[in-house]
Amino acid sequence: MTTALQATILVLVAAGGLAVVVTREPAKQAAVSSIFGLLLAALFFSYQAPDVALSQIVVGSVAVPAMILLALAKVREGDREREGSGEEP
Amino acid sequence: MSRRARFVLFAISAVGAAGLLAWAFAGLPEFGDYQGRYGRIVAASAVPDRSATEAVAVTVFDYRALDTLGEEFILFVSVFGVLALLRIHRGERERGRAVGEGRRGPGPSESLRLAGRLLVAPVLLLGIYIVSHGHLTPGGGFQGGVVLGTAMFLLFLSAGYLAFKRVRPVSVVEAVEAGGAAGFALIGVGGLLLGAVFLENFISPGKSGLLTGGTIPLSNAAVGLEVAGALIMILSEFLDQRLLVRERSR
Repeated sequence: MTTALQATILVLVAAGGLAVVVTREPAKQAAVSSIFGLLLAALFFSYQAPDVALSQIVVGSVAVPAMILLALAKVREGDREREGSGEEP
Repeated sequence: MSRRARFVLFAISAVGAAGLLAWAFAGLPEFGDYQGRYGRIVAASAVPDRSATEAVAVTVFDYRALDTLGEEFILFVSVFGVLALLRIHRGERERGRAVGEGRRGPGPSESLRLAGRLLVAPVLLLGIYIVSHGHLTPGGGFQGGVVLGTAMFLLFLSAGYLAFKRVRPVSVVEAVEAGGAAGFALIGVGGLLLGAVFLENFISPGKSGLLTGGTIPLSNAAVGLEVAGALIMILSEFLDQRLLVRERSR
């Protein structure tokens, strides 16, 4: 039973990792990687490591995607501003 | 090197690497076969020694607390780095003003606001629970601290940037972050003064209940404050950057 669960989650994690790589648009990739982080947390939990799972949730599914999105927003803002003012890139 | 030669080189090394991997995998221990001696010792001694059921927290905040102190200061210093980089950028931006004037993104939708408002209090409570029960159940200062920081982010989503700014006076958050970092170090000094060595667990672990584990809950609280403060500071600095133009054009 446990092994079946672990095997299922392992397959899901493999698929999730592939999905993160296949997604090319950075903003979407942040969302997909957040879901991938959640899958990883489920994997750690199924291997009886709730501490690691909790860290994975807060870092992999919350903190890192949020930082990526904010950084993307900032980069795009800079790009737009440069275009608008015609400054040197 | 031609394309063909490169492919041949790749094929040879791929086959070699696959062979080596297969060889290594064949020598792995059975699935679930645990050989670590340290893990068994810690798991057996955590409850009788420290009255704390969470062996991971006992390891991280007591037996190997020095490692955690180092990690905590890594976070502390990297926050400084991020803030320094972002603030330099902001100065540049403010000089070259009047570019994005009048542009205003669409605000959060009603459903997002509602969801955020409903979630703020439970998430805050969850964060406090995870920090305060770090020595008894999975979790602890680091995870709980991030959850606490996330509650502030929800507040931003539901109530808007101005409310977020009002709840988060920079000086207070900075003090909380620095205080958390200093608190952990001071607990270490307390071990030096009241015990024998730096970061020794100098408070009696007690028998049962929430206040067991000696200094472990205190360290958890200190780390929780530091991590929450660090996350809020980075988050709000990013938001300041992002929303500077928007706020000014209002």
